[in-house]
Amino acid sequence: MSGTPEREGTLADGWELVVGLEVHVELSTATKLFCGCANRFGDEPNTNVCPVCLGLPGSLPVVNAAAVDFAMRLGRALGCEVRPAVFARKNYFYPDMPKDYQISQYDQPTNTDGCLELPDGDVVGIERAHIEEDTGKTTHVGGGGRIHDADHALVDYNRAGVPLVEIVSRPDIRGAEQARTYVRELRAILLAIGVSDARMEEGSMRVDANVSVRPVGSNELRTRCEIKNLSSLRSLGRAIAFEAHRHVDLWSGGERPRQETRHWDEAGGRTTPGRSKEDAEDYRYFQDPDLVPLAPSADQVAAIDAALPVLPAARRAALLAAGAGAVSASDAALLVERDQDALVRTAVAMGADPGLTATRVSNDLAVDDWSRVTPDGLAALIGLEASGQITATQAKQVLAEMVEAGDDPASIAERRGFQAMAGDDLAATVDRVIAGNPDEWQRFCSGDDTDRKKLSGFFIGQVMRSTRGRADGAAVNRLLQEKAGG
Amino acid sequence: MSGRISRDEAAHVARLARLRFSDDELDELAAQLSAVLDHAADVEALDVSGIEPTSHPQPLTDVTRVDEVRPSLERDEVLAQAPSVAEGQFRVPPILGEAP
Repeated sequence: MSGTPEREGTLADGWELVVGLEVHVELSTATKLFCGCANRFGDEPNTNVCPVCLGLPGSLPVVNAAAVDFAMRLGRALGCEVRPAVFARKNYFYPDMPKDYQISQYDQPTNTDGCLELPDGDVVGIERAHIEEDTGKTTHVGGGGRIHDADHALVDYNRAGVPLVEIVSRPDIRGAEQARTYVRELRAILLAIGVSDARMEEGSMRVDANVSVRPVGSNELRTRCEIKNLSSLRSLGRAIAFEAHRHVDLWSGGERPRQETRHWDEAGGRTTPGRSKEDAEDYRYFQDPDLVPLAPSADQVAAIDAALPVLPAARRAALLAAGAGAVSASDAALLVERDQDALVRTAVAMGADPGLTATRVSNDLAVDDWSRVTPDGLAALIGLEASGQITATQAKQVLAEMVEAGDDPASIAERRGFQAMAGDDLAATVDRVIAGNPDEWQRFCSGDDTDRKKLSGFFIGQVMRSTRGRADGAAVNRLLQEKAGG
Repeated sequence: MSGRISRDEAAHVARLARLRFSDDELDELAAQLSAVLDHAADVEALDVSGIEPTSHPQPLTDVTRVDEVRPSLERDEVLAQAPSVAEGQFRVPPILGEAP
């Protein structure tokens, strides 16, 4: 019973989606959570292992102070209360943990009761953000990669014991797109406070989604399914949409979903059942006797607060304020994500047109290394473009050269012979092109909108050719419309 | 002999620990586990008002270490302990089902 294939779109009338997300984030400490083995992705298998992370008898875990600090930093960035915490053993048998238990936090987690504000102002509650160790990596061999048909499995313990924070949201998310936005925003915060590289494709950020549906207007929480194996934002959105439709179909048909873990099948575009409630987890949590409690002092928490950088939400707000209505919310989100908001704000403070600066940078500065572009260089470039001294096309080319060479825009424009044509010169060129193409001009003047659009492209092309690209296409079009009588 | 733990419950706990027992053994274990819970109930009945909760025998918190890399073990040495090895990894029987 794996449901009908994927459907897009909103839910049937009268139904509402209820989603909570559990996000696992690997902390970018130098070492693992309980031992001094390197915390490094991509090393040769089983080269970063020791008696502690292999669970050998007689070994004892000691907590990595940096991991606790990172976790508390994340908690405070999410507005959580940082509390005294206790480590617990989560017992289960699976070869990804050689100890046969995973050290986690259970009834006394480090962070509780926070929230995350999305760019549109919606707020998602955070129930908890607790510290735990990652598991080893198992690879199933044979049987076409399917777990149940595998011939054997290979285990690499380099990842076993890497510090994680699991961030558990409240079921406040109401749509697949909002779930994606939540993860994007969480990622932006993680990057801003420097506690994780948060790369979904490398598995340093992993998302499970708890999905249920309910009639609009009701406050009940109906049976939920937990979807695992979501390795991209795209999968997350698709899986939630699929699962929501499946639940609505079941309830509408007089059935009810079973509470179970489900897996997202990327190729098939559907979720498939995993463990069901009969095998419901019984992890027999108990306090780890090898570890003593964490008891952060008020001073410690105050020091963390004082050292927190300005968070993405505040940076977006600052950029929007600097733009005075001329910067779009989507540009602001993108610029903050790319860490280019300070560049834009400084250029604007130097007098550059806010809307044009934001557009030019968000559209044409999507490069990894833009360190050679200085705020005053950017402001000068926008000045040239805004005053019509160079065209938009030329501005993009100048910016590309600024990225490479870091030269000032005026010199680059001069060296390339860029200068937008003076208005009179442009008008004369347009007249000459019209005179040289009387039939086309006749059709341009008498034709309908489609003809006009097609022929204006023709005329702009001719003008560009005779000016070797120095003309401003928009200005040529304006002149054509004027001369044809509006 | 309070019967706080039934034979079925003892069987459930045994299954979670991947242990197999005969019915007689389960009866005996259920009785022993019940006795342990009886003892816990006795302790629970004590008046502990005014006594600080103890989460650990040592009055310690925040025992941590600095985030500095220490040498790991040699892989050959590690894998020499394994019953089966392939591609520098522990080779284990096919695992039914996904990770918990």
